Formats: sequence, structure tokens, C-alpha cells
Amino acid sequence: MMWLTADESEALRLSLSIAARSVAFNLPAAILIAWVLTRVRFVGRTLLDALVHLPLVLPPVVVGYVLLLLFGTRGFIGSWLQHAFVIQLVFTRNGAALATAVMSFPLMVRAMRISLENVDRGLEDAARTLGARAADRFATITLPLMLPGIIAGVITAFSAALGEFGAVITFVSNIPGETRTLPLALYTALQSPGGEHAAARLAGLSLGLGLGGLLLSEWFARRVRRMLGR
Amino acid sequence: MLAVAAAKQRGAFALDVRFDLPTPGVAALFGRSGSGKSMVVNTIAGLLKPDVGRIVHDGSVLLDTQQQINVPPERRRMGYVFQDASLFPHLTVAGNLRYAERRAAGSTYVSLDTVTGLLDLGSLMDRRTHQLSGGERQRVAIGRALLTQPRLLLLDEPLAALDEARREEVLPYLETLRDRLAIPMVYVTHDFDEVLRLATHVVLMESGAVIAQGDVANMSLDPHLRSLIGPDQVGAIIDGVVLGFDPASGLTKVRVGRGDLHVQAKDLAVGASLRVQLLARDVIVSTQVPEHLSVRNCLAGLVASIQDDDLGSDLVTIDIGGAMIMARITKAATRELSLAPRMNAWALVKSVSLRGHSFAVAAAPVTSAASPDA
Repeated sequence: MMWLTADESEALRLSLSIAARSVAFNLPAAILIAWVLTRVRFVGRTLLDALVHLPLVLPPVVVGYVLLLLFGTRGFIGSWLQHAFVIQLVFTRNGAALATAVMSFPLMVRAMRISLENVDRGLEDAARTLGARAADRFATITLPLMLPGIIAGVITAFSAALGEFGAVITFVSNIPGETRTLPLALYTALQSPGGEHAAARLAGLSLGLGLGGLLLSEWFARRVRRMLGR
Repeated sequence: MLAVAAAKQRGAFALDVRFDLPTPGVAALFGRSGSGKSMVVNTIAGLLKPDVGRIVHDGSVLLDTQQQINVPPERRRMGYVFQDASLFPHLTVAGNLRYAERRAAGSTYVSLDTVTGLLDLGSLMDRRTHQLSGGERQRVAIGRALLTQPRLLLLDEPLAALDEARREEVLPYLETLRDRLAIPMVYVTHDFDEVLRLATHVVLMESGAVIAQGDVANMSLDPHLRSLIGPDQVGAIIDGVVLGFDPASGLTKVRVGRGDLHVQAKDLAVGASLRVQLLARDVIVSTQVPEHLSVRNCLAGLVASIQDDDLGSDLVTIDIGGAMIMARITKAATRELSLAPRMNAWALVKSVSLRGHSFAVAAAPVTSAASPDA
């Protein structure tokens, strides 16, 4: 990328890589949770629903702090990961992916739930009478019909992951080349004297990414709608 | 045979039904909306579990709540045609058909080629389901249900969402399936015309219960049916046999019971079965051999019963030997003719409605669907 400086392209690559990891990590879990919340009636469903949505209403710093408590080197899960698998999350890009994953998870679940609620249960019944068992029905009917929601969820979550700031900086700090994503680079530029020009360029880059994401999302949605005949 | 017994409480509505249907044949579940007909087919399909019930089809137990047997819908091998067709929107017509074909169990008795041929689906195969008309959608849904190689075809008001013209695009195909494949069907409807066209057996439902059941000829005389279809529709339905065509008069002779009817029809094969409806309001009763009348159709028989129709008239049933005819006459006429059971009577039929024809099921040329397991 000729028109970007080395620092800028590093922040961009890091942002894309972290966002992609968080989306990949979230996708199966979000489909499962969306399905459970829409289709299964159980005690504690409201609580699960609230827990999933919590990152939307909490200050991101709180999420970062809680992650630090759990996944820090002396944290409950963090120390176990360190000993069992020699995995460290604090101050690493994997940690940044975890923080963005937690923050963008509710967005993904919400988009999927809306589209799952719109899936005609009659079509699943029809598939049953045609001999399709549960897993078969889910893979061949439910999943394709909720595809618009899955695509919308992935793109929204990816875009949100690109811009996640508070939870990332709290949990994994602001390390160039490791956790300094676009928003963190922009923040750093603003903090340094004479960084206005660099900040403006980074802001423009974020703007372009966001706009591109939205347009891509709309294009996908249209294609899928046509495929489903709506 | 399909034996169904099921009870289910759903809110204030209580379903409690028990009936036996001969197979093959087309059994119509007939009743007003909300009488529980759809709940019954959903129970047969396994999509609805009754509180108490037992369903046995040709010796195999599909449901027995006492013995804790409940075969899931995906293993019951019941073809189900839904009112709204329920075609998969993300698949083409061919995709929908193959979805069923791939998951079929048991031996194949209807191939994809047979289905596309019988239902004229060839030109629709590459279409998306939203590009189909209502009638086409139902034809695809019927084809899809058939490709599961079902032992029974359940149809839940398949024509209810279609207008008159579109119905005519589907009904002949259902008649073809009944006659050519001899596939047993349970057909839910609130439209008596569909019963007349398709059914061999009728189960009348009201408020979650079966109020009467029997073959079409017997049910056409049943008092319970009258309140459901209205006085003008009341009349005997008889499956006659085509005797031949008379070119001079342009009429076809049909044997009903021990008598003959002359009907306005041609091109019917000799020996074919022809269903006729003789509306009670179109039948005149005479106690003497009628002479010098313009009415062509006159059938001799014995008065079987005289019933008040609750509308100020009497319904006189005349046994013409193997078939019954019903006439609506005024109470004054009953008195003046001194009509009583076992009297000789002649039924003069002013008009005959033809309600479709078919070859007898026993003479079905295609392989029998009665026992696809065999």
C-alpha cells in the first residue's frame, strides 16, 4: 500500500487481522446463542439474554477491566491458559481480538436473532415431513434462510471490531505492532505534538473503511434477498 | 386402513376424534374453519402430539401414548401438502423436488420423472418458487410430497388460498393422482365441491369432534351434512357406471343402482365410473308410473324414509336398488301422496350434475401405492 506510511499500514493490517479473528471466533457462538434465545424456552433465558447484551450498555473500560481480572496473568482463566497452553492474552493481538469479540458479540447476536425470528417455522415442519432430521433441517433450511442476518451480523460486528477502543486499550494496552489498531493509532497521534496531520489521515482511513463496509453490507443484503425471492 | 384416535386440550378448545379410514381411497375431513381438521392432519403427520391417542396405519403403530410410542414426523413417511405450499424459497423447483427425493425412505414407487410428468412440472424446474403462480406452487408442493414415497398423502386445504380459476389448475391433477397412483389421501377442506370431486370417504367434523363418517354416497344423505352445506346443496351423490353414448340424443347412459340416467356428456369410456349429484330440490316424486312428461330421467324404487328437513319441507329418500335418491317435497305433498316407507315411488330427476369421473381404483393401471413397503 504505497499511499500509506509504514505505521499506518501496520495499524490497518493489525485492525483487519484483529477484527477478522474476533468475527471468526464469534460466528459459531453467535449462531448458537441466537438459536437458543429464539427457539429454546428455559429458566434463565432472560438472564442469558441480558448477559449477552451487557457489553452494549457497559462502558467499554469496564469490559476491558473485567477481562483483565479474568484473563490477566494472575487472573482466574488467564493463569490457567498460561500454565496449560502457554497462551498469554494480555498485551497481545489475540487479547485485542478477545476484547473486540466480547464487545461486538451482542451486535452479531441481535442481527441473527431478528432474521431467525423471521424464518417461517412452517418451512422447518415441511422439511420434517420430507424426512429431514434436526441437524439436517438446521443446515439445509434454517441456516440458509437466516443468511441475511448472518451476513448483516458479520459485517456490523467486523466494522465495530475495527473501531473498538476502550476495551482494547484497557485490556491489552497500546503497543505498536501488537495492539495499536487504527483507533489507538489515531488516539496516539492526537496525543503527540504535531500529530494533527497523521490523525486526519487515520480518521480518513477509518471513514473509508466504515463506508466501504456499509456499502458492501447493502450489496450482500440485496443479493441474498434476491436469492430468497423477497 | 388408517385408524386414528386422538384427544388434545388446547386452551379452551378440546379435540377428541376417533375414526377409521379405508386405504387406498381419498378421505375428506370436512367441516367449518376452526373445527379441528388441521389439528387432526398434524396429529397424523406427527407435527402435533395429542395428550392421549393411538394412530395405526396398515398395521404399523405411529403413535400410542399408552405405550409411549411416538414415531417422529421425519420417520412417519407421510407426504404433507400445506395450505401455503411451504416451498423452500432458497431452492428452485427442481431443488425442492430433489430435497424430498434425496430423503425418501422405502422403495421408490413414484420417480422424479413420473411426478414431473403427472403434474406437468417440466417447464417449471428452473424457476424460483416466488416466480410461480398459486396453482403452480401447489402442484410443486404435491410433487415434493409424493417424492418422499409416502404411504399416505395428507393435504391441508391445499386449494383454500386459490381463486376459482386457479383451483381448476390443480384439481384435475389431484384426480389423476387418486386414479393413476391409487395413493391414499387424507384431504382437509371446508369446500364441499372439493369433497364431491375427490373424496371416496367423508369424515364430518364439528367443534373438535367427529359427528359422522362414511362413504360419500351414504354421507350425502346424512342429516349432519345438511347443516354444513346448506339446503340447496343437499342431494344424493352416486358413483354410476358409464354404459354408453347415444349419438342420436347426444346423451350418455349411466347406470345408477338398478336404474339408468341419461346425462349430457360424451367421450366417457364405457365402464368408467361417473359421479353424479342429484340435488334434492331437482327431484320430483311420483307414486304412479309417470307418463307424458318432458323429464327424461325417471328411476323406480321404494320409499326408504321421510325426514323433516327443519325448513318446512320433507326429505324423501328412495331406494333404487343399490343406490339412494333424495327428494325435497312440501309437507302438503307428503300428505296428499300419503307417502310412507316401503311404498313404490318414482324419482323424476330434472337435472344431473356431473362431479368428475374416474376409473375404479381397483382397475388402477399404475403400481399400487397401497403397500409401498412390500
